[in-house]
Amino acid sequence: MTANIATMAYIAAIILFIMSLGGLSNPETSRRGNLFGIVGMTIAVLATVFGPRITAAGIPWIVGSLAVGGSIGLYAARKVQMTQMPELVAIMHSLVGLAACLVGYASYVDTSTTFPTEAEKLIHEIEIYLGVLIGAITFSGSVIAFGKLSARISGKPMLLPARHWLNLAGLLGVIWFGVAFLQAPSIDAGMLPLAVMTAIALLFGIHMVMAIGGADMPVVVSMLNSYSGWAAAATGFMLSNDLLIVTGALVGSSGAILSYIMCRAMNRNFLSVIAGGFGTGEGAAPAAAGSQPAGEVTPISATDTAELLREAKGVIIVPGYGMAVAQAQHTVFEITKLLREKGVNVRFGIHPVAGRMPGHMNVLLAEAKVPYDIVFEMDELNDDFPTTDVSMVIGANDIVNPAAEDDPTSPIAGMPVLQVWKAKTSIVMKRSMASGYAGVDNPLFYKENNRMLFGDAKKMLDEVLVALKA
Amino acid sequence: MSLTIGVPRETFAGEKRVATVPEVVEKLVKLGFAVCVETGAGAAANFGDDTYQAAGARIAGSAAELMDSSDIIFKVRAPAPAEIALMKPGSTLVSFIWPAQNPELMRELADRKLTVLAIDSLPRQLSRAQKMDALTSMASISGYRAVIEAANAFGRFFNGQITAAGKIPPAKVFVAGAGVAGLAAIGTSANLGAIVRANDTRAEVADQVVSLGGEFVKVDYEEEGSGGGGYAKVMSEGFQQAQREMYAKQARDADIIITTALIPGKPAPRLITAEMVKSMKPGSVIVDMAGEQGGNCELTVPGEAVVRHGVTIIGYTDLVSRLAKQSSTLYSTNLLRVTEELCKTKDGVIDVNMDDDAIRGLTVIKEGAVTWPPPAPKLPAAPPQAKPAAATPAKKSGHGHGAGEPASARSLAITFGVGALLFWLVGAFAPASFLAHFTVFVLACFVGYMVIWNVTPALHTPLMSVTNAISSIIAVGALIQVAPPMVQGTEGRPDALILGLAVLALTLTAVNMFGGFAVTRRMLAMFRK
Repeated sequence: MTANIATMAYIAAIILFIMSLGGLSNPETSRRGNLFGIVGMTIAVLATVFGPRITAAGIPWIVGSLAVGGSIGLYAARKVQMTQMPELVAIMHSLVGLAACLVGYASYVDTSTTFPTEAEKLIHEIEIYLGVLIGAITFSGSVIAFGKLSARISGKPMLLPARHWLNLAGLLGVIWFGVAFLQAPSIDAGMLPLAVMTAIALLFGIHMVMAIGGADMPVVVSMLNSYSGWAAAATGFMLSNDLLIVTGALVGSSGAILSYIMCRAMNRNFLSVIAGGFGTGEGAAPAAAGSQPAGEVTPISATDTAELLREAKGVIIVPGYGMAVAQAQHTVFEITKLLREKGVNVRFGIHPVAGRMPGHMNVLLAEAKVPYDIVFEMDELNDDFPTTDVSMVIGANDIVNPAAEDDPTSPIAGMPVLQVWKAKTSIVMKRSMASGYAGVDNPLFYKENNRMLFGDAKKMLDEVLVALKA
Repeated sequence: MSLTIGVPRETFAGEKRVATVPEVVEKLVKLGFAVCVETGAGAAANFGDDTYQAAGARIAGSAAELMDSSDIIFKVRAPAPAEIALMKPGSTLVSFIWPAQNPELMRELADRKLTVLAIDSLPRQLSRAQKMDALTSMASISGYRAVIEAANAFGRFFNGQITAAGKIPPAKVFVAGAGVAGLAAIGTSANLGAIVRANDTRAEVADQVVSLGGEFVKVDYEEEGSGGGGYAKVMSEGFQQAQREMYAKQARDADIIITTALIPGKPAPRLITAEMVKSMKPGSVIVDMAGEQGGNCELTVPGEAVVRHGVTIIGYTDLVSRLAKQSSTLYSTNLLRVTEELCKTKDGVIDVNMDDDAIRGLTVIKEGAVTWPPPAPKLPAAPPQAKPAAATPAKKSGHGHGAGEPASARSLAITFGVGALLFWLVGAFAPASFLAHFTVFVLACFVGYMVIWNVTPALHTPLMSVTNAISSIIAVGALIQVAPPMVQGTEGRPDALILGLAVLALTLTAVNMFGGFAVTRRMLAMFRK
């Protein structure tokens, strides 16, 4: 296969990737979209393997590593539970980051590439440096995100004193060693600055994600998704490969847009999320002291909940991370099915940042076979609460907090929320009265038309289901 | 030491209500209070002395005996001077007072060194005050009763029927003022089968009217009539003119008119003129619930039912009292809630906590010192103001379809400035080969941007896993390092090291590549209609 044909194959792969992303714009075309992605990837790999840049000697290695990695990947994909998707995605991002680092190092020690001009060599080295930098941050950040999402590390933000200065010092260090790296006379001499920078980048990645609270995880996951794309793009520059550049840019901008959407859904600035420290003593304490919601919490039993649901004409269910934790989505669907058979109009309201990654709730509901045409976004549904009889909140807190609209001093003020309190009755399922990740007390619980159903979401819903069937 | 709550017999002429019913006596006793009821206090509302005794109350033979032994007095109507004279100095009175209308009464109560909680001064905007809101519970009863009175005086059925004896058209009811009483009247009339129309100067109540089965009639004139705190205000002349025309039209058409229009501290607005009454069909009924404040109808005689021009005009001022058992029960429950707020410790001792918004608003006299009117309660912003603020971010979050509003001119200019500088730097220093790649990169970013905006939020997770899988394209980078053809003098190339790194990178990305696509596939297969 000649270089030209390989390039054409790359273009074909690029088009397929774009169509793949485009296909995800709605559930009907999404399956085809995924297929486009697979075909594109196959074409890209085959065109490279049989292209001019690889000799036959490499084939056994390639087949071997693809087989090993591929089987691990397929196994993981089959085994993973839908509630664990955020963890899986995070750990996969880390693999891309690590691969970008490795390719960067390999490219640096490769003496077979020559440069016609000094400027091109310089650019090449900058590209290597950036590629390794982004790769390392993606790698360590994703590993920490994985740890947090799988609860191996506490979800609470860890805030070092003077953390912004630490970050700044890290950045200056990276620039300093970057200059040293570019001025290094030989590859061996350049190795040290590169290694030091990698260490700084790894620490920076750890520090950055450690400082971010659990509720901001959707932003972090999509941000790391973006980084893994930029890492691929940087590698593309490094190797002068347009396929990598384009694909990396696609993935990078996709992740960036998702982060942006998530931030906007929380009415927060991207920088303030990354700077971290939400839901800790720092920001929330003064406001919490000032606006302690007054009133009484009215508990309700599972039987009464069933009674309310049975008599309702319209029900809106608002799921949150608690539903994922309790694995309650199947029971939720059983209840939904039962109510729909009785002619109750049951719908689901999904907040953009519900759960731990963008779209997390949709995937869980889809897994439980909830038809997606009764699952609505916040904006589609928010106006319907006043005409709804019962709104049921399952394991969500901050996304249904009326303080975001009423209390300008609240740390989550201005964040769009699902107005469940406007329904005739709202039922909140919660383990206890503890506040959400934002550390803000929720005035919803004290509203007169609100009822609290305390207990594990799965257990309580099972009881509701039994009562409904009775 | 636990306090004694005293419930005297109401002395106001025609007042049949009682401030506490036996059912509530039990709950007050549970809160630690002793309860003393004047003999015959509940008789007019069908609660006998024996039922009070059974609930744990002591019966006092006379008002004097009762007042003497009570620390807290629960009443319905504001006390008459004779009653005030009997009260123990330093005791607490909970009752309707209307401090704005009754300065004389206020002075007498203060002179007696009482603590007075005026149930009518409750800050109704507080959501937790709703359970104590006697105005609302009384108003809804009077709205109900108004319909019953109208039905009594009206010579026909309310609901339309087709019977063997002929067709009966449904009665047409027009309700002026859709406050609590008006809404109750709308609901009750609609339940009886009448065609209900209603009007209110506050446009926001239209939905509530419709939700109760009524039809909202608009005044053909633009003006917002909310006067703060959920009450109506006086409207402009132009509006009133348009409103009169509308009322005249409704009067000609309606069989029954129920008026509930009140403006706090002002005489009731004259909505129905003698002309309009004349235009009504003979046998029609007007129930004027504003009789006490002068009436909404020009011909109303407060406290009486009269027939003018063939139309029965009911101006009863005691509609609530005509449903004495129901209203006593609700009122005493409201008082029970107040007591619970006053006695959080449940030990029969009250604490008039002036830091509590609800209690502060209720308390019009504290230990002989007038504390009315209360300072504006520190409330969350009132709904009308809060709405626009809440609406803006909500609008912004219409995501996923288009890039939202355009950025402000200033930030746009800054973005362009920075962008131009960066492009100039790249153009000035980078070699041509880099520029080719750079072009591709920038264009790809834009393509990604355009494509991703169309992704539905429901598919964000599959999107992430598929982009994750696609980002394993980095495998291509590893592939070309595995075994490149040796072109020229490449002695010193650490082949083994590069091979090792590349193979490791390839293995890692293969996990991603296969795993990512497989899991996306699995996920997408679940999305179904």
